[in-house]
Amino acid sequence: MLAEIGHFALILTLLVAAAQAVLPMLGAIRGDAALMAFGRSAASLQALLIAISFGCLMTLFGQADFSVALVANHSALSQPLPYRLAATWGNHEGSMLLWVLVLSLYGAGIAKFGDNLRATLQARILSVQAMISVAFLAFALFTSNPFARLSPALLDGAELNPLLQDPGLVFHPPLLYLGYVGFSVTFSFAVAALLEGRADPAWARWMRPWVLAAWVPLTIGITLGSFWAYYELGWGGWWFWDPVENASFMPWLIGTALLHSAIVTEKRGSLAGWTILLAILAFSLSLIGTFLVRSGILTSVHAFAVDPERGVFILAMIIGSTGTALALFAARAPMLRSGALFGTVSRESGLTFNNLLLMALTAVVFLGTFYPVIMEAVSPANKISVGPPYYNLVFVPLVAPLLILVTIGPMLAWKRDDLATLGRKLLVPAAIVTALLAGLVLAFGWQQLVAALGLALGAWLLLGAGLVLVRRWWGASGFSWRLVRTTPAATIGLVLAHAGLGFTTAGIAAMTSFAAEKILVMRPGDTAAAGPVSVTLLGAEEVDGANYRALRARFAVAQDGRERALVSERRLYTVSGNQTTEAGIGVSLLGNQYVAIGDVQQDARGQGLVVRIYWHPLVGWIWFGGLLMALGGAASLADRRFRIGAPQAREPLAPRLVPAE
Amino acid sequence: MKRLLFILPIIAFAGLAAFLGFGLTQDPKELPSQLIDRPLPEFALPGIADGGPGLASASFKGEPRLLNVWASWCAACPQEHPVLERIAQEGFPVYGIAWKDKPEDSRAFLARYGDPYSGMGSDFSGRTAIDLGVTGAPETFVVDKRGRVRFKQIGPISPEVWEGQIKPLMLQLRAEA
Repeated sequence: MLAEIGHFALILTLLVAAAQAVLPMLGAIRGDAALMAFGRSAASLQALLIAISFGCLMTLFGQADFSVALVANHSALSQPLPYRLAATWGNHEGSMLLWVLVLSLYGAGIAKFGDNLRATLQARILSVQAMISVAFLAFALFTSNPFARLSPALLDGAELNPLLQDPGLVFHPPLLYLGYVGFSVTFSFAVAALLEGRADPAWARWMRPWVLAAWVPLTIGITLGSFWAYYELGWGGWWFWDPVENASFMPWLIGTALLHSAIVTEKRGSLAGWTILLAILAFSLSLIGTFLVRSGILTSVHAFAVDPERGVFILAMIIGSTGTALALFAARAPMLRSGALFGTVSRESGLTFNNLLLMALTAVVFLGTFYPVIMEAVSPANKISVGPPYYNLVFVPLVAPLLILVTIGPMLAWKRDDLATLGRKLLVPAAIVTALLAGLVLAFGWQQLVAALGLALGAWLLLGAGLVLVRRWWGASGFSWRLVRTTPAATIGLVLAHAGLGFTTAGIAAMTSFAAEKILVMRPGDTAAAGPVSVTLLGAEEVDGANYRALRARFAVAQDGRERALVSERRLYTVSGNQTTEAGIGVSLLGNQYVAIGDVQQDARGQGLVVRIYWHPLVGWIWFGGLLMALGGAASLADRRFRIGAPQAREPLAPRLVPAE
Repeated sequence: MKRLLFILPIIAFAGLAAFLGFGLTQDPKELPSQLIDRPLPEFALPGIADGGPGLASASFKGEPRLLNVWASWCAACPQEHPVLERIAQEGFPVYGIAWKDKPEDSRAFLARYGDPYSGMGSDFSGRTAIDLGVTGAPETFVVDKRGRVRFKQIGPISPEVWEGQIKPLMLQLRAEA
């Protein structure tokens, strides 16, 4: 019964979305206030219906109703309830439903919090948003219906991939989706602006909170995903440059560029065309990335069973949305009024340069991700995949100037600045960083120059963030509490985000150059060392978990005279036969000790356990930095200026919008 | 000139879309065709009973056979099982590969549901399944008299698939020289 209710609600959602796609747009063209108001009601109704549908599916998973094919294929009775519920979005069909749910929630958000928007703009945004909904709902209903029944029903289901049975899965995909789908709002903003032929500072100010609303969860999602890979995959890598990760990283890079370019449009009215293009690209990359990964174009033959029908549908959707938007951009963007001119040395040109670098970085990741597809088209015999060496070679030289710029940018004045003033402002941090760099090179030698540069860059970013606060808090008459109290939330956001980037940079630099590892066969009583970490295997035994059997090994780990106990498990999930590794991780401020066990192996000395020991310096800083960036975004979102309407918003519908007939 | 700059994104995108469209035609779904009309990849697997007979690719000669890749952990396999029993009763030999399955689990499965298989190999490591291009269990290969793969069924064989596709093919293969 529940499955049918869910299915029915999904069909109703499609119908409501179809009406919402057409009527408000018509209202905006004709100046019909009633039709435009319909868009707002429809958006809320759409969100309610899809929430019912999603609730039904989640309940089916909770009840373990194996007469529903999706439930039977992705959850088992032995699985703990939270993971059965999380399995709702741990599969293709369910995640599509989550996707439309999030999409509709954003739509309802525009209807609810968009009171200060121009009515015609809001109506157009809601229509475009609904067009995207229609495409996804049709996709869900016709190619991946989550409510399909299974006959005969099974007594117990197949298990969710145990790698995914982890708290990480409960939060990671919904957060990424909040990010990806959030960019649908900026996409709708961009298309609506092109249709209206207006992209002014007010438009940019309305859009910016939505950019942040997408960027913040995406940042947290990527950070969590990286952390999850670190502790679950069992060899301590934190970023793999695989297509799935790149799929989330590309929208993040473009989203970051958009965030900054929208500032220029908001404050100075310039770069409107550029902002629109980035808004379109951010969503297109979300679509291209996620779905092409899903359609199987980029996965290896053994990874997925793939349905080409879905791939065709997805490609049609991408071509339809991105193609139309870019065609509109080509036709309309040249007519947009461009704002004030700016000098070569100015905040505007700094942000433009930042955007160009971020675009170049995105292009690098894009090429690396899609090179195999392109090569296969050109010469089918060559199956090529692109690995970390490519990224290290191309990504790093591009990212370094960007990071240097991050600290310079906020010191620049709008419109026109000169290098002498800039130099005076940056004298102190530059001197400190140079001294630090010299010290690091002396300490570690020239061989570790790259690491020293990375750490110095991290310090440069942290100092730059601090400098922003210093300059804000020390006015002409010295330090003043009044200036501290009145610091805008957006400034706090800038400081946190840039400092976060500094922590991440330092973490990456240390991990890349100073990490140590050792892989060996150990027997109880054996001691081995990796870098500064010394590990003794105390013993190993078989244990039983909720839905798995595990080999559990206990270790004593010593470093700098301090000792602690770590446990590592190798789990065999009984239903699916899958194996996972639960690493033992000793966390500290300066780095992690990481111990993971492998198979029992026979060697010259008899039976032993394969043990991998790692020392990961500053690795926690990578994720701390990511979370700090997200916190910065959230702080910026709280800024007061987004809540007070721009003057235009207060205008009622202008009489000139009444149709001519 | 400036106008051209604004048209650039759509042109770049059109090029990309063309490549992606091409990529879609190279879908892994087409993988079966790579093995079709090619000899079965070589394997020699141990059996599921200790010291019992195993299964080798060399034995796929002389008459058309079905090679079914399954596992005791696979949800759709109990569904497919009655169809396999019927196929065996109708006189068509079915051979099996237990994929990533512990031999004792495979034995328990066959003890519970019945054993339609004329021969069984245990591919616990999953190495042979990689050679066969198995994407999931169950999958079934139709192998002709000369040991060439002629058809691949992804997912369980339903009575309809058996009657409509595989049985006619088996009869045709029997008639082949």
